[in-house]
Amino acid sequence: MANFSRVLHFALLHFYRNRGTSIAAIFILTITTLLITGLFFMHGVSNFVVQTVQDKIDITAYFKSDAAEQEILNVRQALLDQSTSIKRIEYVSKEAALADFNEKHQDNAVFLRALAEVGQNPFLPSLNIITNGDTSQYETIANILQQDEYSSVIEKVDFSEKKDTIEKVFSITSSATTFGLALGVLMLFIAILVVLNTIKLIVETSGQEISTMRIVGASNWFIRGPFIIQGAIFGGISFIICFFVTAACTYFLSGGLSVIMPGFNLFGYFLANMLLIIILQLAAGVGLGSVLSFIVVRKYLKI
Amino acid sequence: MIRFQNVTKIYPPDNAILEDISFEINKGEFVSIVGKSGAGKTTLIKMILGLEVPTHGDVFFEGENIHKVGSKMLQKIRRQIGGIYQDYKLLPQKTVFENVAYIMEIEGKTNREIEVRVPQVLEAIGLKEKIDNFPEELSGGEQQRLAIARALVKQPDVIIADEPTGNLDPYNTYEVITLLEKIHKTGKTVVLSTHDREIVNKLGKRVITIENGRLVRDEQNGRFII
Repeated sequence: MANFSRVLHFALLHFYRNRGTSIAAIFILTITTLLITGLFFMHGVSNFVVQTVQDKIDITAYFKSDAAEQEILNVRQALLDQSTSIKRIEYVSKEAALADFNEKHQDNAVFLRALAEVGQNPFLPSLNIITNGDTSQYETIANILQQDEYSSVIEKVDFSEKKDTIEKVFSITSSATTFGLALGVLMLFIAILVVLNTIKLIVETSGQEISTMRIVGASNWFIRGPFIIQGAIFGGISFIICFFVTAACTYFLSGGLSVIMPGFNLFGYFLANMLLIIILQLAAGVGLGSVLSFIVVRKYLKI
Repeated sequence: MIRFQNVTKIYPPDNAILEDISFEINKGEFVSIVGKSGAGKTTLIKMILGLEVPTHGDVFFEGENIHKVGSKMLQKIRRQIGGIYQDYKLLPQKTVFENVAYIMEIEGKTNREIEVRVPQVLEAIGLKEKIDNFPEELSGGEQQRLAIARALVKQPDVIIADEPTGNLDPYNTYEVITLLEKIHKTGKTVVLSTHDREIVNKLGKRVITIENGRLVRDEQNGRFII
């Protein structure tokens, strides 16, 4: 315990006496931690965008006007039984489709008049199928619907009409996810290299001192400890800065972002993932600071 | 206490720095190791501290083979040796007090012991007025005295001084050698590496002469003859 308090004292003293390099190290760690936090938010935003796009893509099976509700529900059940990747299936009856049309176009007299002239409900009952986004599943679902046993009740399936668009959208979102991930890994690698070199510079300025400590008989922990603790202090301070910067940025950008991406609340995302963000920022700051110090000092302990 | 047994040091490809060196230093002796610059004196001193590994042969400290002990034991041996070097090897980011206190801290001494002992040693060495200064604020002579204070504070069994007067003027040289003599009189073993003829002849103690990596003379009450 006495040893630990001495090591802590050495770390604080070294931190204070090398204020310039300490501030530089905190700055670098803060930038790195913010970058990693930014990647986390980018991941959240891209997930939201992909999810939104996927939710908007569906397969609609239109049934014949005289198809009984039970027959439609049987098809619905068959789809749920045969495909595991269906997120949900909405049944829209003829009456519901008419009501929906009326509500959507209540201010459009031309549409309403045209509907009145038809004289009867022209809408077909339908099943609106939303999958988990796997394009191959659209093919499977379409195949199920095109089985002979359902041909007597199904009027048309609009998948084939949308097929190209669906595949293009999924290709774009999939590429975006892969590119984002690759960019994230690359940025993380660069960030770690930058922090490693900063800590290396700090430790190297004490290289001669470390050698002297070895010669006078100091143990590894006595030499290494202050650098590890100092690295943790750099990380701790950068964590505090990053946390408040993140909170402030998400709070003030939230309104603007929700205009571009309706339904996405950036500050809400921050609050919902606060624990994860704290762990991420602590790991980036304190973890990187202390672990890299541990690794860098090791080189000087070999005498 | 310190024993060199057929020690040879060759740097690749075939640069022999030391060749078949054997001698023993007993407890309480004052031994000067002399030779021209590049004769191999510093390599020999570094071997006692485990900073250089012999190509052949062994070096023993209190019966322990320095180059075969583990890291912990090596650090323990180093703590029993007070080192004084030509380039002082002080801790530049620590004050005079902290430089000396560091040695006691690594030995696990209490703060109370440190607060009592360090000022005593600094007073004895004439550095009490500079207690809060950093090494770069001291003159060469003061820095070497600080190195001696650091070597003395742990009350080591052996003091090893590697060219301690190499960077000093005659006045400071005299002071440092006088201090080493005083330390020897307290019963400590002193190993002094130097190429200063005047110092060696004035001391009139045991002299080991190294020439071109070979031990050519080992005399009690010896003189500097090269």
